[in-house]
Amino acid sequence: MQLLRFLQQPWHWSAGGFLIGLTVPLLLILGNKTFGISSSLRHICAACFPAGLSFFKYDWKKEAWNLFFVAGILIGAFIATTLLHDPKDIQVAAATQARLATYGVRDFGALLPPEIFSWNNLFNWKGLVFFIIGGFLVGFGTRYAGGCTSGHSIMGLSNLQWPSLVATICFMAGGIFSANVILPLLFKWLHT
Amino acid sequence: MKNFKYLLAGIFFGILLVKTQVISWFRIQEMFQFTSFHMYGVIGTAVVTGIISVQLIKRFNIRTLAGEPIVIAPKQFSRGQIYGGLIFGTGWAITGACPGPLFAQIGSGFTVVAVTLLSAIAGTWIYGAGRSLK
Repeated sequence: MQLLRFLQQPWHWSAGGFLIGLTVPLLLILGNKTFGISSSLRHICAACFPAGLSFFKYDWKKEAWNLFFVAGILIGAFIATTLLHDPKDIQVAAATQARLATYGVRDFGALLPPEIFSWNNLFNWKGLVFFIIGGFLVGFGTRYAGGCTSGHSIMGLSNLQWPSLVATICFMAGGIFSANVILPLLFKWLHT
Repeated sequence: MKNFKYLLAGIFFGILLVKTQVISWFRIQEMFQFTSFHMYGVIGTAVVTGIISVQLIKRFNIRTLAGEPIVIAPKQFSRGQIYGGLIFGTGWAITGACPGPLFAQIGSGFTVVAVTLLSAIAGTWIYGAGRSLK
């Protein structure tokens, strides 16, 4: 119980970052697997909707470990949320709170804003922007880039690969532009 | 069940994603608005830990549990890392999630993110269709 209470507290960024970094040697030692998550989306396509496309013609079963890994992520997140939940609100920086409030995002009680991430928005413009378009850009962009935050920014940089540094810089540039230019415009449009 | 250990590794990683709050849409906005050090701290520490681990594996020729030598394929440069990177970054700020956190957000109760995940799979499929036509 003592341990459970210890784990329930908010974790310091350095402790969490250290453990995330250890996932790299963990997967290598478990079976020569290079850490990377966006490939799972490709394997799902190859397994479920290959449609005769050459990009999806490969033996995805050989990469099935990746699908077990992402299934684990889902279960782990459930465990962390139910068992290791920290009852206190997440502390969002005051400046960001103030800015998000002007966008109509005012509930800072959970990891994601309920004003956006709720089933009620599935068939309105918010849903189109945040679920459909946002998700599409993530899936298309990571495959085009040949990896995501895990494959490039953590695994690639860990192995000192300069193409991964290029990719990481572009992830950040895209995100900075999107959060500071595109999102304010989108929220403005959604509220008119 | 040779893949069971990867399910366990995924559970470990999923717990980390939630407890470090890197799956939080708010944390992503803070990172891109430069209003908090949190995300930079988490990712920076993870990268430093990864670099040291890979160096140690190479220096001491550490092998896998099955005794195989560890090999890491180098990343080839392509322009996709620039264009795709910019596209993904744009989506990251909107959804507040990269692919790993999409699964974690669903697991932590935001079930509607399953729609985002389906759309991400569709995005990957459209990219694959375009690549296959070339």
